[in-house]
Amino acid sequence: MKVAVCVKQIPDPADPGALDPETRTLKRDVKLILDESDSYGVEMALQLVDTAGGGEVVLVSMAPNSERSGLSTALAMGADSATLVSDPALVGSDALTTAKILAKVIGEQSPDLVIAGSESSDGYTGTVPEQIAGVLGWPSVTAAKAVEVSGSSMNVQRQTDAGYDEVECPLPAVISVTAGVVEPRYPSFKGIMAAKSKPVEEKTVADLGMSADQVGWAGSGQEVVSVVDAPVREAGEKIEDDGEAHLKIIDFLESVKAI
Amino acid sequence: MTLDTIWVYAEGDSDALSSTTQELLTKARDLADTVAVVYAGDGDDISDHAGEYGAETVYATGDLEGALVGVPVAAAIAAAVETGDGPDAVLLGTSYDGRDIAARLSVALDATVISNVVDIEVDGDSLVGTEPIFGGTSDIKTKFTADGVKILLVRPKSFEAEPSGGDSADVEDLDVPDLGSSGGATVTNRHAEESEGPKLDEAALVVAGGRGLGQAESYEMVEQLAAKLKGAAGASRAIVDAGWVPYSSQVGQTGKVVKPSVYIAAGISGATQHLVGMKGSKNIIAINKDPEAPIFGVADLGIVGDVHKVIPKLLEALEAR
Repeated sequence: MKVAVCVKQIPDPADPGALDPETRTLKRDVKLILDESDSYGVEMALQLVDTAGGGEVVLVSMAPNSERSGLSTALAMGADSATLVSDPALVGSDALTTAKILAKVIGEQSPDLVIAGSESSDGYTGTVPEQIAGVLGWPSVTAAKAVEVSGSSMNVQRQTDAGYDEVECPLPAVISVTAGVVEPRYPSFKGIMAAKSKPVEEKTVADLGMSADQVGWAGSGQEVVSVVDAPVREAGEKIEDDGEAHLKIIDFLESVKAI
Repeated sequence: MTLDTIWVYAEGDSDALSSTTQELLTKARDLADTVAVVYAGDGDDISDHAGEYGAETVYATGDLEGALVGVPVAAAIAAAVETGDGPDAVLLGTSYDGRDIAARLSVALDATVISNVVDIEVDGDSLVGTEPIFGGTSDIKTKFTADGVKILLVRPKSFEAEPSGGDSADVEDLDVPDLGSSGGATVTNRHAEESEGPKLDEAALVVAGGRGLGQAESYEMVEQLAAKLKGAAGASRAIVDAGWVPYSSQVGQTGKVVKPSVYIAAGISGATQHLVGMKGSKNIIAINKDPEAPIFGVADLGIVGDVHKVIPKLLEALEAR
């Protein structure tokens, strides 16, 4: 079984980003890491290949510079290889363009299944997995929390507001997974060493048969017209718990008629 | 200046439209001369409700026989656009199905989506969406630059819902074209988790727990406090990722947007990813050991202390009332 996993390399969310005032895109000149949301997809792919008794896990990623640190993390977890589409022309690409690019690479790889995180931690549009499926013309199941593959189809538990649905879906297909559905493994020392010799193929927009005006800001159909500070919420009273703080809470709840 | 026609993707059933759908219809009335809804089901089920919020027409796909709605609904809208019967813009709520439809529609029409929208304005014959970034510390405004249908994914609770008092909407068929293998995902079974009390995104009071609870078992006191105060229990991303509570409890950028009258954050530090989902709450109480925790920056009442000490005493005092 061959599983392609879409991974994104993002600035560390613990160190919130900034917008480049010139390009109005996220500054990515800091060290990038594997989006934690994607580690669940990588883990699920590794488990599915294991259950299938063999196969491979290939990573697909895109970045405007040749950043690889996040890919190294996923390779160290056990993925077999990676393809990175890297091109300065990609800056400003919208979710649809991103999906078109990733779908090109995935099409060349012909996997049985594509897994992506439900949404990235930085841009969080949440549409890319389903758009990839649309570009490929494949069925898809978003918000998957458990997947069981049997032959040429799979059974997916898909999260709903009320609980979950069981969904039957033919392969090849795309699924998106939310955080917490599996326990991502930590890369072992052996894994980290092995990752260094795993193949990472870098491709440009031209390598994919696309032109620079189809991607980036030029191809995106939307532009950022302004960036403003959001209204700030004022903090109120802050007290140290002296053992009686719960009474303060009760007073507060009474004052707003919550009790 | 207004657009000619906006279609809103309607979620809900014969009992009521979802609150997000009501909000979107209310806003759409400001933005366009004609408002209609698209519904995956029997249009007669919602025609009264849709009319009440200003929709003139319900375009209904009929029973989709268990198919996930993304592919068929998007294909049906795209087919209407191709024959010249489509809208200028489509508004969808940020929900599981809303995202699926928006994404598929964008591919079918080769049109961009503006996501995470919290406000919308007309600009000439285009639309501008406002989206919070960096946990809501900044807002960006994004404008559609291409011709064609504008697709917007709008976050829940971005607008106040207000009925227009309109008559029942007309119902028209929205034909779903042949989907080939792309429409192959089909629901075979539905499981509803039993939950007591109000829904998280509708509750007037929310008690949410975070990593400061220390262990999964401690989440029980969050649930107890929520039950005692007739509210709903929520969670930060950290403890959802850790597997303590299901994803459906998550409040934040990823997860649910809540705007209750009272929000009690127990052991939540207040990462930007969390703040964006709850800082619209009317009153915020935060309990956290770390006096420097960012959650105190938005709290009306901040308690620097241990949730394991404060909450049991609070429960006891509420019990004694």
